[in-house]
Amino acid sequence: MAALRVLVGVKRVIDYAVKVRVAGGGVQTQGVKHSLNPFCEIALEEGVRLRERGAASDVIAVSVGTRVCQETLRTALAVGADRGVLLEVGEGAAVGPREAAAALAGLVGRLQPHLVLLGKQAIDDDCNQTGQLLAAMLDWPQGTFASRVELEEGAVRVEREVDGGLETLRLRLPAVLTADLRLNEPRYATLPNIMKAKKKPLEIIPASALGVPLPLPRLRVLKLEEPPARGGGQRVQGVPELLERLRSDGRV
Amino acid sequence: MALRRVLGLGAALGRRGCCSKRPLPPDFVEALRAVVGDPNVSTAMAVREQHGHDESMHTGAAPSPSCAPPDAVVWPQAVGQVQELAALCYRCRVPMVPFGTGTGLEGGVNAVQGGVCFDLSRMDAITELSLEDFSVAVEPGVTRKALNGHLRGTGLWFPVDPGADASLCGMAATGASGTNAVRYGTMRPNVLNLRVVLPDGRLLHTAGPGRQARKRAAGYDLTSLFVGSEGTLGFLTQATLRLHPLPEATAVTMATFPSVRAAVACTVQVLQAAVPVARIEFLDEVMAGACSRFSGLELPEAATLLLELHGSRHGLAEQRQQAEEIVRLNGGSGLAWAEEPEERGRLWAMRHSAWYAALALRPGCQGYSTDVCVPISRLPDVVVETKRDLQDSGLTGPMVGHVGDGNFHCLLIFDCQDPAESRRVHAFTQRLGRRALAAGGTCTGEHGVGLGKRALLLEELGQEGMDTLRRIKAALDPHNLMNPGKVL
Repeated sequence: MAALRVLVGVKRVIDYAVKVRVAGGGVQTQGVKHSLNPFCEIALEEGVRLRERGAASDVIAVSVGTRVCQETLRTALAVGADRGVLLEVGEGAAVGPREAAAALAGLVGRLQPHLVLLGKQAIDDDCNQTGQLLAAMLDWPQGTFASRVELEEGAVRVEREVDGGLETLRLRLPAVLTADLRLNEPRYATLPNIMKAKKKPLEIIPASALGVPLPLPRLRVLKLEEPPARGGGQRVQGVPELLERLRSDGRV
Repeated sequence: MALRRVLGLGAALGRRGCCSKRPLPPDFVEALRAVVGDPNVSTAMAVREQHGHDESMHTGAAPSPSCAPPDAVVWPQAVGQVQELAALCYRCRVPMVPFGTGTGLEGGVNAVQGGVCFDLSRMDAITELSLEDFSVAVEPGVTRKALNGHLRGTGLWFPVDPGADASLCGMAATGASGTNAVRYGTMRPNVLNLRVVLPDGRLLHTAGPGRQARKRAAGYDLTSLFVGSEGTLGFLTQATLRLHPLPEATAVTMATFPSVRAAVACTVQVLQAAVPVARIEFLDEVMAGACSRFSGLELPEAATLLLELHGSRHGLAEQRQQAEEIVRLNGGSGLAWAEEPEERGRLWAMRHSAWYAALALRPGCQGYSTDVCVPISRLPDVVVETKRDLQDSGLTGPMVGHVGDGNFHCLLIFDCQDPAESRRVHAFTQRLGRRALAAGGTCTGEHGVGLGKRALLLEELGQEGMDTLRRIKAALDPHNLMNPGKVL
């Protein structure tokens, strides 16, 4: 089986353990800990395992964002990607699934990978759209919510987690896969690998230079607010009082 | 319940009974509210009861339900508030009990003389992370899993891993240990500095403010004094911890042995061969059976060792070869090495659920864990004798242990409503404690003294030792307000 070139998309998001705060009409990101999106970690781990098994020859990590996303790509390199590409956008540019998919499609045209691995969704916007949009733009088959990936000659067998259970598809390569939680358990970057990652190539390409015009954003955020603070509970003496209170509150 | 009487709590050597409590002075609760604000003080019964026990047998339910819950619970948000509250309690002679995650196993948070419980979980800052110096400072609200999650991507980790996802400052307070201690040490060598609020409210940095030298010879080792002090000398409001690099490669294996002695002898030999094993855990056949049923993993019901090796790829291959030789020499079998994180995770999850697996052996019963630790050379004899004692006493007590440290636990599962069985359990634990002391070991390897082991502590340290402890306690806490009724 010929060794594949694998492209793995990674996104820099607010760390999952951080309590998100709204400030000035937007999510507070200044001084807040960011890390690699957990589903992207799983996708990256799968790519690295493919290379370790000899099925892939080249694992390229790519991120669409501002210059600070370089640190996320360095982490991806430390986990095992061979090289990184940052598709850079300007500060304050809105990068949603549509914009990310368009930029990735442009890079795919340049790099010609056989397989694109993405996380199923990002934990900041929970959109779950980039993989699907990308596959449509490229007119490639897609295997989303992958919980198991097996390569065959010129094709990939994907087990997907769907509402009714597990579905197995066989997709001709090249294809787009998005990783679900149970696909694998990602490794931690170790110190020697973090050192080595500093020397791995990291290319920065302006997103606009990919020959794909970045479409104007079609979404505008009107309002963003935290949910209302919880009020205190109140004790009632018994069921009749409970019903009375529910009625007077208009809930029954 | 009958158990507490049977375990002789609160009656150790003529000390004041656990129920001697004075009511809070008038206007005291208002004074607490003035420091931290209304929402951060509670006198609600449910909240107090929740803070009056940990995960041990010492539930404080009976004979005196009012004994163990504190009179009030406060949630300070910053160290300055801890200081003000402590000074207030000190002035009014009100007992103070520090509370982290409440996951201790020796009744350390039971407020046997009432007073104020300081729930420190809202102070949860991770600061001063230095990747070059391998150190970080954490407040009491940070648990060990939260810290390791925070460190993901840095190549560093904090290896001390007791069963629960405990507060790191709480782990410092009890001198905790875990499965990795054989290679990475317990809490004691991994705490570089502590920010302590003393009982009168003064602030002490045990190694000096803002310092985290990896080694120091400057004055008495105050850091080590407060590690393991179980909340009796002050509040640990911040701990500076030593971090370690993550291993490049990890491999886990499970081996079964024809006898308990063979498994324990194998452990001793692995250590004497200087194989730098990262974890070496023992399960007796009862525990193996229980864990197997609980996690659905189909393991043979035999004395079992779980070994984990850390190292570089090359170093690991060498360690594996050495370990395999020694295992086979002792009649061990079944050596399949797991390297993928998923498989390793499954094996360790099986081990970590030992407590629940043991409880599942006799549903409806309570559990009590012993915690002796003896020199490695005496381990085979002590374990075999203990097993015989268990069988002779007719008790259900699967054994699990960090045999690499000479530390093992009997998870005694018994019906505390049955006074005869409770008596047998009590007698067994006393014999086990004394057996360990006679072998040159300690009555508590990692859980602490808390409420239940004060009598054994006297036997372990002797009168001079206890007197010295009492003099130190009197020097730092002359009015015995910090977590009274524990340790001494």
